[in-house]
Amino acid sequence: MSNLVKFKIDGTECMAEKGSYIVDAALENGIYIPTLCNMPGVKPKGACRVCSVRINGRLMTSCTTPVSDGMEIESNSADILDLRKAIIELMFVSGNHFCPSCEKSGNCELQALGYRYKMMVPRFLYDFPVRKVDASSPKIIKDQNRCIQCKRCIKTIKDEQGRSLFAFHKRGHDLEVILDQDLGKKITEELADLAMKNCPVGSIIKKEKGFEQAIGRRMYDHQPIGIEDK
Amino acid sequence: MSKKITIEPVTRVEGHGKVTIHIDNQGNITQSRLHIVEFRGFERFVQGRPYWEAPVLVQRLCGICPVSHHLAAAKALDVIVGAGTGEGLTPTGEKMRRLMHYGQFFQSHALHFFHLSSPDLLFGIDSDPATRNIIGVALTYPELAVQGVMMRKFGQEIIRATAGKKIHGTGAIPGGINKNLSIEERDEFLLGADPLNADKMVDWAEGALDFFKNYYASNKSFVDGFASFPSNHLSLVRKDGALDLYHGVLRAVDTEGNKILHDVDYQEYVNYIEEEVRTWSYMKFPYLKDIGKENGWYRVGPLARLNTVDFIPTPLAQREFEIYKALTNGKPNNHCLHTHYARLIETLHAAEMIRELLNDPDLLGNELVTKGIKHKEGVGVIEAPRGTLFHHYRINDNDQIEMANLIVSTTHNNEPMNRSVNYVAKAVMTGKEVITEGMMNAVEVAIRAYDPCLSCATHALGKMPLEITLVNEFDEIIDRKRS
Repeated sequence: MSNLVKFKIDGTECMAEKGSYIVDAALENGIYIPTLCNMPGVKPKGACRVCSVRINGRLMTSCTTPVSDGMEIESNSADILDLRKAIIELMFVSGNHFCPSCEKSGNCELQALGYRYKMMVPRFLYDFPVRKVDASSPKIIKDQNRCIQCKRCIKTIKDEQGRSLFAFHKRGHDLEVILDQDLGKKITEELADLAMKNCPVGSIIKKEKGFEQAIGRRMYDHQPIGIEDK
Repeated sequence: MSKKITIEPVTRVEGHGKVTIHIDNQGNITQSRLHIVEFRGFERFVQGRPYWEAPVLVQRLCGICPVSHHLAAAKALDVIVGAGTGEGLTPTGEKMRRLMHYGQFFQSHALHFFHLSSPDLLFGIDSDPATRNIIGVALTYPELAVQGVMMRKFGQEIIRATAGKKIHGTGAIPGGINKNLSIEERDEFLLGADPLNADKMVDWAEGALDFFKNYYASNKSFVDGFASFPSNHLSLVRKDGALDLYHGVLRAVDTEGNKILHDVDYQEYVNYIEEEVRTWSYMKFPYLKDIGKENGWYRVGPLARLNTVDFIPTPLAQREFEIYKALTNGKPNNHCLHTHYARLIETLHAAEMIRELLNDPDLLGNELVTKGIKHKEGVGVIEAPRGTLFHHYRINDNDQIEMANLIVSTTHNNEPMNRSVNYVAKAVMTGKEVITEGMMNAVEVAIRAYDPCLSCATHALGKMPLEITLVNEFDEIIDRKRS
């Protein structure tokens, strides 16, 4: 019996393995749905909501919803595109994202999505929160101003004993992702590199390496985020 | 009846300022001041940021010569990362930075001369303001306007190739640079189709200089006499006394040319320079400590540089330098409007330096960064187009900036600009019943000669235009004109 299921995204016939998540199934069929918190190989949590699609009239996160036979998915309608743009705008206004002096600029997924969705000026008021910069680790800096709480670092940056170096701290509006003070001091070079790489924004940066990649050679300098133009 | 005149905003300068002029019952000027009304606070909000962000963050002070801030900050951080004090970089690192800097000098000087100052020279300082602007220049002297635009473009393209972007790039990093020059980029600048190649830029820089010299020949008494007053002069000079806009030692001379600051290491600048705060301006007043507040003030910028240096290390600019120096018999030149002359000699020097650097294979090298034993504090000084620029940073144990001090070119020129305003106001307004737009522009011409960047000088908030207000002895406004 075939493991493949048939479904439609914006009217386009697609096929994918049964049980695969919509965001991955779409990609297999050449359709890009944006994500920020999602990472291949890591169990999805639907934290950022940027991948929202509409199924049977309901908004669902495509990174946590498996495809099923006959499913009809709406991804590129005007209101969903605007919803994604609004989510991106909210991330910008709820932190302190100053791209001009951020070394992740050009490699930042949030910035790249801002460009993709043609965000000129956020429609929401800036929060200008007072956030801390934790520079206590000898190898990395955790800048809370830029954190979007995607949890990628919590899920992927672990020491040899499997202990996560990052964790949620506080709740609600005060929620933040912090670096364990002891583990942060012992972080290896490789793990520090990985932490910076896995952070979709400039919240985790490697010490003393800033701006070593010239403008014009960064990930999104010539190639926008997504797959359509590749 | 006594009056107070306010010129607000001052136009064709970068940033926001105003001038106030007090006139007593007999029509005498009793006080005149250039007020800088912007406030920004970069020195404060850079605190807590990782030190390597400084060159990228602090350059946002300015959109005209951000490269100066970018490089001054990078030079300060070279000290912090143990790469030396301006001489320890790899040849590629240092020469790429120099190319960036000379590209910036070329574009900034071209912008100032062609866009900001040429309208005063071409049409006269009291001509109709409706045409006394860059649009008027473009309509009446299209070839000159195109040259100005293309020279600026060439300089901006050099910046793009070295810093990654024409404005606010990221090329200079602590200890070096993040890219070399590709062969294609080099060939484009050396062999590009006219007019965008280095040879043409040298020709045009000579042409601009000839234009000014011709103007000077027919307007000698005006150019020599306008806001001319003695002062001290300060700049970086190369250790052998040559003009060097990127690195050197600090030298100051008095109005007779005697050295009053003897080629000192700028890491020790706090021993030699102090800043005074006056209540009516956001811009401080620096002075040489040894001489004191009263007489220790000095000029910086093109006029000052050509007064402090012994020679210019490129042949065409050196030839012009000799002609220029002969005008004052080798003594310091204190004529305010000769700043334009000096600026154009520097423009020629920058074009020659760009051409020389482009022919240097070191630009194509791959050794970009050098580092050594880390320090907690560093000072970077560079000659920005408008004058000597100081950046001073101290970091904590976690690599965060805990102190920043910037002394910007225009700040050094604060006292001289105020004196120029006073001089011109006295010369053109004393005893006059009616203050005309031409008189107000004369005041602005004096300020404009310094090519001030008021946004940088206050590290500042807001925009820039100049307004003159006329006030009586009771401080009641009688008249106000905006230019």
